[in-house]
Amino acid sequence: MAAEPIAATGPAASSPWRLALRRLRRNRIALGFLGLFVLIVVFVLAAPLWSHNVAHTGPNDTHTLQKVEVDGEKRDVVNPEGQPIGPVWFGASGKFFLGADGRLGRDEMVRLMYGGRTSLLIGISSALITTALATLFGLLAGYYRGATDSVISRSMDVLWAFPVLLLAIALGLVLAVGGLQIGPIHISGGSIWIPILIIGVVMVPYMARPIRGEVLSLREKEFVEAAVAQGAGSLRVMFGELLPNLWSTIIVFFTLNIANNLLLESALSFLGVGVQPPNASWGTMIASGNDLITSAPLLTIIPGTMILLTVLSLNVFGDGLRDALDPRSKVRLEAHAGMAEPEGTAV
Amino acid sequence: MARFILRRLVGMVAVLFAVSVLTFLIFNVIPNSDPAQRMAGKQATPELVASITKEWGFDDSLPQQYVTMMRKVFSGDLISYEGRENVDEKIVEGIPETFSLCIGAAVIWLFFGILFGYLSAVRAGGWLDKTLTVIAVTGISMPVFWLAAIFLNYLTYKTEIFPSGGYVEFTTEPIEWANHLILPWITLAILYAGFYSRVLRSSMLDVMGEDYVRTARAKGLSEQRVMSRHVMRNSLIPIVTLFGLDFGALLGGAILIEGIFSLEGIGQYAYEALKNTDLPPIMAIVLFGAFFVVLFNALVDIAYAYLDPRIRLGASANG
Repeated sequence: MAAEPIAATGPAASSPWRLALRRLRRNRIALGFLGLFVLIVVFVLAAPLWSHNVAHTGPNDTHTLQKVEVDGEKRDVVNPEGQPIGPVWFGASGKFFLGADGRLGRDEMVRLMYGGRTSLLIGISSALITTALATLFGLLAGYYRGATDSVISRSMDVLWAFPVLLLAIALGLVLAVGGLQIGPIHISGGSIWIPILIIGVVMVPYMARPIRGEVLSLREKEFVEAAVAQGAGSLRVMFGELLPNLWSTIIVFFTLNIANNLLLESALSFLGVGVQPPNASWGTMIASGNDLITSAPLLTIIPGTMILLTVLSLNVFGDGLRDALDPRSKVRLEAHAGMAEPEGTAV
Repeated sequence: MARFILRRLVGMVAVLFAVSVLTFLIFNVIPNSDPAQRMAGKQATPELVASITKEWGFDDSLPQQYVTMMRKVFSGDLISYEGRENVDEKIVEGIPETFSLCIGAAVIWLFFGILFGYLSAVRAGGWLDKTLTVIAVTGISMPVFWLAAIFLNYLTYKTEIFPSGGYVEFTTEPIEWANHLILPWITLAILYAGFYSRVLRSSMLDVMGEDYVRTARAKGLSEQRVMSRHVMRNSLIPIVTLFGLDFGALLGGAILIEGIFSLEGIGQYAYEALKNTDLPPIMAIVLFGAFFVVLFNALVDIAYAYLDPRIRLGASANG
């Protein structure tokens, strides 16, 4: 196929990472969806710009009894029946672009952008926690085997047996009341670190299992034997020899995990145990929009569509990444059985 | 084989024990949630609180309280703090609605998941595969409760095609039973169908590359026979595993779906209990749900061990 770059750049070009990158570059669909994800990230990062320069209001500012001039005509932000103003696009020079969000008359567009920040921050941070813990546990269990493996694997079994949503809701309720004390650090109940930690922890077993499986097979390979023969200690073998061979799996899992965690965050926030009011996230916006779904369905449809697009872009890109990193598709099954497992958010 | 099954059963009990301890601990570290205080109400006298504390045993040591609670769960004497109803009876009442929802949805998602996955794999790379992939990945990427809310708005409130939630007994009116459950079934099935079709597709593609499939073709078997006897049989293994886990987890309560479609099943009961930090029902429901997860997990393992002796021998490495 694309043979000429190899000749042009010499042997370095055939490193696995470059080969993967080249395969990824040929996957137009995956790149397209990566582009979509980047667009969404830019959209939420632009929240302060839009808020200060266009909408002139913050995400939690209420405008219940105010009027707004739309195309020269004064209109209630929230009419006497409690019905919020619908999308006015640029009729009020960017104010209430998507209308107001309900009785409180907050700017839906500003909340959508700030809410997206919160949702993405939770999705990405919790995925980092899940990935770090799962990699660590997977490495320890797969490398040491025996008693270490038993302790870790049984603990994972317990978390696994726990209905995920029930566990997350239970933790969410408990921690939203009292906050969390980890050593000297106190996290208050309304902090977004509570859902980040909860989601980060409950998803660990789904990733740790397949990683452990891979470590179990990797540690039998000759390069591990060679490292041990050279006198490398356990830490060196785990982090210097095994970890580099896990990177491709980890990156794929991480991408798909963000998608999954976004869905779990939206479910928790919808149920009131994730992001706490008045702060917005796409999940809380669906929850508040749902109260007005018959009269203002867009308030539900829009934040949900944002979640759908974000999760979709990550899922498609993650699949493409997997195909690029492992063309033999060996991790494919385990990855599916473990990661894309929608159980946690499903129901 | 008997030893393997025995070991799995012991493991099951150990996991359930750990799950119950974990649940108990989570709810005993909640600050400001003295159940006696809540049960006594707003204008409680200290004497009333003290008598409730004594009567319900909240002054016992935690291990003692745990043992008492577990004994009540299994003897059917567990009473909830809110509403003071018998927890086990309430769960049994919820079973028909939850099981109707889960079993119906499972039939739909298995049918479409396997059909779509099969067509995708057989036509891998073609337009049919691409279309089905788009549908499947979109299905996986939607928040279920959002889809449910939108279905309800457009198919029930606006057009009145389907009844607005609720549950009708199968035994009294089977047609109304199905009519009330169609939307919840479809909503729940879309997610899993998308997911299963993706898993089956990649599993089939892997199997179709195996040597024994080439051998089967080489010895002149018809394509249909190769597919049914050699490819499908082996590709369905991951589907069976997943189904065991997913179905088990669902029986523990489809919290969001039941809530939105006003089905008063186990998931709905769990959510109410969680909101009231009402430990007895939460404990019973968590154990109920975990029991099915662990049970289906063990059944899948035992089925594998029966089919493949290598798994039995390497059972200790079985995570």
